[in-house]
Amino acid sequence: MSGEVFIVDGARTPFLKARTGPGPFTAADLATAAGTALLLRQPFAPELLDEVILGCASPSADEVNIGRVVALRMGCGNAVPGWTVMRNCASGMQALDSAIANIRCGRSGLVLAGGVDALSHAPLLFSDKMVRWLAGWYAARTPGQKLAALKAFRPGHLAPVIGIMKGLTDPVVGQMMGQTAENLAFGFGITREEMDALAVDSHRRVAAAQDAGHYADEIVPLIGRDGTVFAADDGVRRDSSMAGLAKLKPFFDKKYGRVTAGNSSQISDGAAWLLLASAEAVERHGLRPLGRIVDSQWAGLAPEQMGLGPVHAVLPILQRHGLAPDDIDAWELNEAFAAQVIACLRAFGDDEYCRTHFGLESAPGAPDMARLNVDGGAVALGHPVGASGARIVLHLLHVLRRSGGRRGLASICIGGGQGGAMLVEAVQ
Amino acid sequence: MNHPMQQDWKHWTLRREADGLAWLEIDCAGAAANTLSAEVMAEFAQALDELDRHPPGALVIASGKAAGFIAGADIEEFSRLDAPAAARALVERGWNLFNRLAAVRYPTLALIRGHCLGGGLELALACRYRLAVDEPATKLALPEVMLGIVPGWGGMLRLPEAIGPAAALDMMLTGKSVDARKAKRLGLVDDCVPLRVMASAARIVALSGATRRKLALHERILRRAMNGPLRGKVADKARKQTAAKAAREHYPAPYAIIDIWEKHQGNALAVPAGEPASLEAILASPTAKNLVRVFFLQERLKAFGKDIDFTPRRVHVVGAGVMGGDIAAVCALRGMRVTLQDQSVERIAPAIQRAMKLFERRTKGDARALRFALDRLTPDPQGHGAAHADVIIEAIFEDLEAKRSLFAGLERRARPDAVLATNTSSLRLEDIASVLQDPSRLVGIHFFNPVPQLPLVEVVRGAASDAEMLRRATGFVRAIDKLPLPVESAPGFLVNAVLGPYMLEALRCVEEGRSPETVDAALTRFGMPIGPVELVDTVGLDIALAAGKALAGEGAAPPQRLLQLVSAGKLGRKSGEGYYRWADGRAQKGEAGAFDAELVDRILAPLLAAAERCVRDGVVADAELADAGVIFGTGFAPHTGGPLHLARSLGKTRIGGAPAVAERGGEAASQEN
Repeated sequence: MSGEVFIVDGARTPFLKARTGPGPFTAADLATAAGTALLLRQPFAPELLDEVILGCASPSADEVNIGRVVALRMGCGNAVPGWTVMRNCASGMQALDSAIANIRCGRSGLVLAGGVDALSHAPLLFSDKMVRWLAGWYAARTPGQKLAALKAFRPGHLAPVIGIMKGLTDPVVGQMMGQTAENLAFGFGITREEMDALAVDSHRRVAAAQDAGHYADEIVPLIGRDGTVFAADDGVRRDSSMAGLAKLKPFFDKKYGRVTAGNSSQISDGAAWLLLASAEAVERHGLRPLGRIVDSQWAGLAPEQMGLGPVHAVLPILQRHGLAPDDIDAWELNEAFAAQVIACLRAFGDDEYCRTHFGLESAPGAPDMARLNVDGGAVALGHPVGASGARIVLHLLHVLRRSGGRRGLASICIGGGQGGAMLVEAVQ
Repeated sequence: MNHPMQQDWKHWTLRREADGLAWLEIDCAGAAANTLSAEVMAEFAQALDELDRHPPGALVIASGKAAGFIAGADIEEFSRLDAPAAARALVERGWNLFNRLAAVRYPTLALIRGHCLGGGLELALACRYRLAVDEPATKLALPEVMLGIVPGWGGMLRLPEAIGPAAALDMMLTGKSVDARKAKRLGLVDDCVPLRVMASAARIVALSGATRRKLALHERILRRAMNGPLRGKVADKARKQTAAKAAREHYPAPYAIIDIWEKHQGNALAVPAGEPASLEAILASPTAKNLVRVFFLQERLKAFGKDIDFTPRRVHVVGAGVMGGDIAAVCALRGMRVTLQDQSVERIAPAIQRAMKLFERRTKGDARALRFALDRLTPDPQGHGAAHADVIIEAIFEDLEAKRSLFAGLERRARPDAVLATNTSSLRLEDIASVLQDPSRLVGIHFFNPVPQLPLVEVVRGAASDAEMLRRATGFVRAIDKLPLPVESAPGFLVNAVLGPYMLEALRCVEEGRSPETVDAALTRFGMPIGPVELVDTVGLDIALAAGKALAGEGAAPPQRLLQLVSAGKLGRKSGEGYYRWADGRAQKGEAGAFDAELVDRILAPLLAAAERCVRDGVVADAELADAGVIFGTGFAPHTGGPLHLARSLGKTRIGGAPAVAERGGEAASQEN
């Protein structure tokens, strides 16, 4: 069938937890390292790509079109266009969707698409007050004007705005992402214990998958400038326990809330790429695809309910293809917050929610936990915002290949009140 | 206007513009680079005559060649000088001509793009203004000292005036070049400009009427003092620094430069013929002739890469040890995309760290250049890069079976036109090649440690090696700016074959009771960059022992002390102790004892004998190439012109004792004690 979009291969960096100060790699470093290694194992030269599309929620100020920067750094040559897409937490999935669109309409045959963010490199910004004061200071010409400007200065102007807190706060409803998770916990009656249990399970699943080597196929180890090797996702806590998590204080709604740093996704640096190809390109270069992308869907909902985005994006796909949750062999539902994952599962099984929002007579039912995030998720792995949407699609294909499953659904909630989902099929 | 708007000579063109600005362009006919031969200088004088007749508003001197401004005097011409009087005449010609240029009434400007060396920089220094184009290829230097001569066309006068004596002496005594940005910082040029505005910048500055940039007061006082009352102190300090690097009896030129600056206002002609700093004395020493010879040897090695239309873009290196890692780093630095393979990422990581340090040094603070170099060097534990590479170099441990199975796999994955090369130093190429479907594909590309520093690379022809593959290998070596030396497959090729017996003989001297310090001091005094015992420590005692066994063959017993040290795990620098104890990468040395020339002769004899043998057996094509290989592969005292040249010029009676000793080689030499 023409218009088919194949996933040929994919690779990602280890997700490196943001600790104190900027991490060892910038966003462009991460994307370059993973992409170079991925291209190296292809039978075609990097110059033969039709385009490079990179999702990134917070590129640094000097690399705003980070997609083009990385394409050049990977050695794709001057003639391969590169661009950058941004849909917050789904930027990486948006890059895949943009590639799909261009392949479907025949503009491109071979596209490298993925996502990246290095949240540990998020900038500290001057406050608006400071910026206004500086503007006045630079405009002051006479000593008198300078003096007046000096007198207007207040030490409070120096308090920086933490870029990442800006990025993780909804500008429309003024709530932090964690507060939107609190909304869901409130609405669906989710307890702190339920959230912590999901977090413990996520760490356990990641540790088990690491031990079984399930992540080795998708990760490109990195070498730092000082020779340090980064071979695996480093946010996982093998000693994670209910007792340990219970000690953490609520982070977003201080004192009274339920959402803690321990049952939220980690702030991380990472990049993930997929190589997408048309049927014609697969044949021309003799490629052996991992799978196909069958369909994709975007959905919008109330910004303060953003965590339910996956439900809103997944249901139309299931309906379009006449599928029930049981027909899906593997699910990835990005773990932005434990509360948000649990809320999605409840909503999938909630007749009233499905009637109100989708006009369904009855709810389709929640995915089986044994098929959902089988190797853990962002609570344990980390959530380098732009990279996660690409990572879950890549990992889904590896899970399908391993389990012999056919269909997979990857979905992600998006800050600002959106959801994204992709239906894939393994090519065994 | 009563004069033509354009005048052409054979090598120069004078073009006048309506506003009075004149452009004098040098474009030496039939040459890739501009050099100041007698003919070119004569024409330059004619151009100045013409400009005297009709003075321009300002004059810009520029090059018609994108490759560079002026590469210096014509060394070919210089090498033909046979009498002191001729040398004096040659210096006089340039000195007077550039003095004349410096005295013209109209403003003059040298627009410098690319190399500006020796006489070229002296010409530029005689101009009122200098502009340097901000490109990596722009290099300004007075490298005369490297040829054993002095910058006699005004360099010793004008460079200290332009940038102060300390920086000027440093440039003149080391011959080191500065790039456009550093030239700006030093005050050597008035500005450093991008290519895109060089013509308009030249016009604006030449017509500006500006006086030279003023220094800060304290710098002005300091400079005046250093050029005045402190002159003697500055000279003494420079002498002391020079003495630490080069002995006066071997290298008279740097000492002459200091003397001429200190006592003769930078005028080489003012030195009376009897003095050691005189042109007569400098040219009477064999050093200048020998260094010019070394220059031409280098040109000959470079020429092996001429007309090879092979542009390697992707290189795959297997083996991320010191050698393989450094080879990969050097290639990445030269703009190639490199994949570095080893058994695990952990084994590759130290090579990346070392490469990072090399890149930091070589990119000199250019963060983008550093990052791109790093991007081009990809760790490749699975060896995917082999399928894309133009050149594949194996640099794993010296084990025949390991290499054979590696190459069998590489041949299957490599492109049919890719060069397959081994960096082996002790295994036979033919034994490795026999595992290949097509044994003619394998060649040797043999590097020397430390790869970033040593310029020589031996290109080894095995019994079956294909001529086209050898050609490509040679082209690759030039593409990373190394000097290719074609050698035949024979134990140790050239360089190790001469070094082995030399190091062995040094170790025998230690065995007999001389201290390593004494032995090393004798040879460094002779002019070797590193003493032979320290060299053994640096190479690694285990490697020296293994190589010695492989090379000696006929059952010459290795020194007892070497065997003891190796079995005690004292392997030299890498283990912290060998013949010396090592701390912070330096051998901890005691005082050297007394030594005489005989000790030097004795230790060099096996080296000379081995070099002779390599020529006789055809390992290298001729004695000149043997000298080139030993100098650029080992740093063998360049002032001698190379081992065989030295032996021939002094006669076999002096170096290496009686002729029979040289014939008998190292083993026999040891028995006479």
